[in-house]
Amino acid sequence: MQTILQDFGLLAGFWMTIKLTFWSAIFSLVIGTFVAVMRLSPVGMLRQVGTAYVTLLRNTPLTLIILFCSIGIYGQLGIVLAGRDAPGGFIDTNNFRLAILGLSVYHAAFVCEAIRSGVNTIPIGQAEAARSIGLTFGQSLREIILPQAFRGAITPLGNTLIALTKNTTIAAAIGVAETALVMKNVAEFDPGLLWTAFGLIAAGFVLLTVPMGLLTSHFAHKLAVRR
Amino acid sequence: MSAKTNVLFDLPGPKARSRHRLLAVVGAVVLLALLAWVLVRMDDKGQLDPDKWLRVVSGEAWRYYFVPGLRSTLVAAALAIIISMGLALGLAMARMSDNAVLRWAATLFVEFFRGVPVLIMMLFAFYFLVMMGWFPSDVNPLIGTVTGLVAYNSSVLAEVIRNGVASLPAGQREAGLSIGLSPSQTRRMILVPQSLTAMMPSLVSQVIVITKDSALGYMILYPELVTSARRLGSWAGAPFQAYVIAAVIFIIVNYGIDRLARWVETLQRRRGRSAGPIADAEDVPMVGAGVRGTVNAPAGG
Amino acid sequence: MSTTTTLRLVAAGSIAALALTACGSDGGSESGSGDGDGITIGIKFDQPGLGLKDGDTYKGMDVDVATAIAEKLGYDANQITWQEAPSPQREQLLKTGQVDMVVATYSITDKRKEEVSFAGPYFVAGQSLLVAADSDITGLNDTLDGKLVCSVTGSTSAQQIKDAVPGVELQEYETYSQCADLVANGTLDVLTTDDVILAGYANQAAYQGKLKLVGDTFSEEKYGIGLPKGSDQCEDINGYIKELWDDGTMEQIIADNLGDFDYNKELNPPEAGGNCT
Repeated sequence: MQTILQDFGLLAGFWMTIKLTFWSAIFSLVIGTFVAVMRLSPVGMLRQVGTAYVTLLRNTPLTLIILFCSIGIYGQLGIVLAGRDAPGGFIDTNNFRLAILGLSVYHAAFVCEAIRSGVNTIPIGQAEAARSIGLTFGQSLREIILPQAFRGAITPLGNTLIALTKNTTIAAAIGVAETALVMKNVAEFDPGLLWTAFGLIAAGFVLLTVPMGLLTSHFAHKLAVRR
Repeated sequence: MSAKTNVLFDLPGPKARSRHRLLAVVGAVVLLALLAWVLVRMDDKGQLDPDKWLRVVSGEAWRYYFVPGLRSTLVAAALAIIISMGLALGLAMARMSDNAVLRWAATLFVEFFRGVPVLIMMLFAFYFLVMMGWFPSDVNPLIGTVTGLVAYNSSVLAEVIRNGVASLPAGQREAGLSIGLSPSQTRRMILVPQSLTAMMPSLVSQVIVITKDSALGYMILYPELVTSARRLGSWAGAPFQAYVIAAVIFIIVNYGIDRLARWVETLQRRRGRSAGPIADAEDVPMVGAGVRGTVNAPAGG
Repeated sequence: MSTTTTLRLVAAGSIAALALTACGSDGGSESGSGDGDGITIGIKFDQPGLGLKDGDTYKGMDVDVATAIAEKLGYDANQITWQEAPSPQREQLLKTGQVDMVVATYSITDKRKEEVSFAGPYFVAGQSLLVAADSDITGLNDTLDGKLVCSVTGSTSAQQIKDAVPGVELQEYETYSQCADLVANGTLDVLTTDDVILAGYANQAAYQGKLKLVGDTFSEEKYGIGLPKGSDQCEDINGYIKELWDDGTMEQIIADNLGDFDYNKELNPPEAGGNCT
């Protein structure tokens, strides 16, 4: 067990999982809200772009999206997300950020759909009332619609967060040293420890995601808008 | 979009419409400029070399890579959805059973495998099978992939069935009991079938999740679409181009399944055979066609 | 939609899946080990220059070596069934008798010798560096400092270079071809692994003239022919490997598949033998 935790870097792997989850959650929430607003907006062009975004991203496997971040955005377009002298190394930092980019844009599509389903829970009267007192689209969205939508979307947003946590394992495809990579190394170099590694990693993820699920249902209940 | 969807804003007048048209033009120009920049950068790196692209769309590429790859993807997805569905039925029944041991075992299974990443499960199943050597080597990746998919998706679907049963009107259960059926008979013959009917749309869209997740087989050498693209990339010396084509195929296939899911949904609604309202949200459509249930949590893949 | 319809859909799905599986299996190899009529050989399917599936045919140095050995064992080329031998599965393939021999950049190591027997080595490869044609990297020295090095996930080559030149940065992918592509287009600086694998990429049509091997090899990987533990053909095959080198066949095979690859003449031809038990 000591070997897995230290030699194979399982603890470091889990720390990486948490970091990936944290940053991707923030960015996907921001991007997802932005896309949701685009899909709700009066401008046809924005609606189409938003719809296209969701259709494209939601239907592509995350493995491919993360690979494209590395061999496409970095490898072909030459965009780097870290300086050559980044502490922790250029490649590692760059891959870490590219993985966050891939995870964020992918889950943003689901955040967008979650928010739209939250909007669905709002009675039409709310929007009509907002318009009838003369609020513009932006104002009614900001003051009336989105605050209620977020409260109505807690459950799907929570589900997206849980899925995101587990999906960080896919960053292994571009060599980010998180738990799936640890699992792979254990399997290749020390197969005797396969069961132990699986048990520890599975337990770690259950420990991470179960509280998320509990908090989600707690807040979904507590913050639900009384109708 | 119907007029009903426009409750969020006033219908644009002539001035607003021309402003929107201007925005559309500006947007299109920005997008085109971005595309042009991407193409220029790719050309700098020699990735627009027509040879590279021709090799990954050649007859050989389709015959030896994409078609077999897509077939493997669909085989894994089909096996996974069928086995998951069967297992989910069993798990849901067990979770609602009167037998405490059964209930606890099913609860443990569902809660555990909902939390374990599909990729971790696949890696474990694959390397375990390799270690054991029970099956021919070219079957191990398939079993590994399907095991990973089934462990997660059966747990999710079991919860969908259970929630479906919970959302049925209480009268259904009472009616079953009052005509002398036992609780388990009531569940089996009255409640679960209705829940299944109502979950058809979520089931079909779960197929998308599974199809995408089967791409995780990439990590255990299951020759699905992404693995095939990777091999095509090795063969043609054009890995990036091969992945692009694979992504396009995935988008087309999943978009097709998505359309199918919506079609099944509308068909069901028109027939009015859907078992009661599961989400009140559907009654107040503000955003056009309903956003489907939350079962469709993001897949990995 | 009624339950029966649902069940019918599920049933139809099962049948479709089975049909698909059935179609799937006809493309694969006929499994089963050599029973006198033929021989099943495990090779790589995606390693340019060594073992590469090209449509319905297979080509590369390992393929040619395997064909030559099989011929000496009395099998025609058309009696050979090729099966893919991915790295993690090579021992299992031999132990369970799914293949009769593995010729797939298979290094002889003590750990593997506990499970399988090796004929050979038939070739001694060594870790080396593949760089862009205009690169100023000259080998395992200061010119590598601060450079971006690519290799595959979980490989020992990656660790070795990091130990030798601590200043390098490591990128790991699932496959060498992604590395080769990014080295060729200048994003990354070096691809490192066994020289013979590198030569395969340097000679691939898409990268011809864009990549070059530099520096001496700095490890010894003895490529052997993997056989089931205690195989009675092992010593015979050692003799055949010697013949291949003696009559110039081996050099021809290397030239055919790897062009002007300048392999390590001090370590090759290797002394085949000593790994049968």
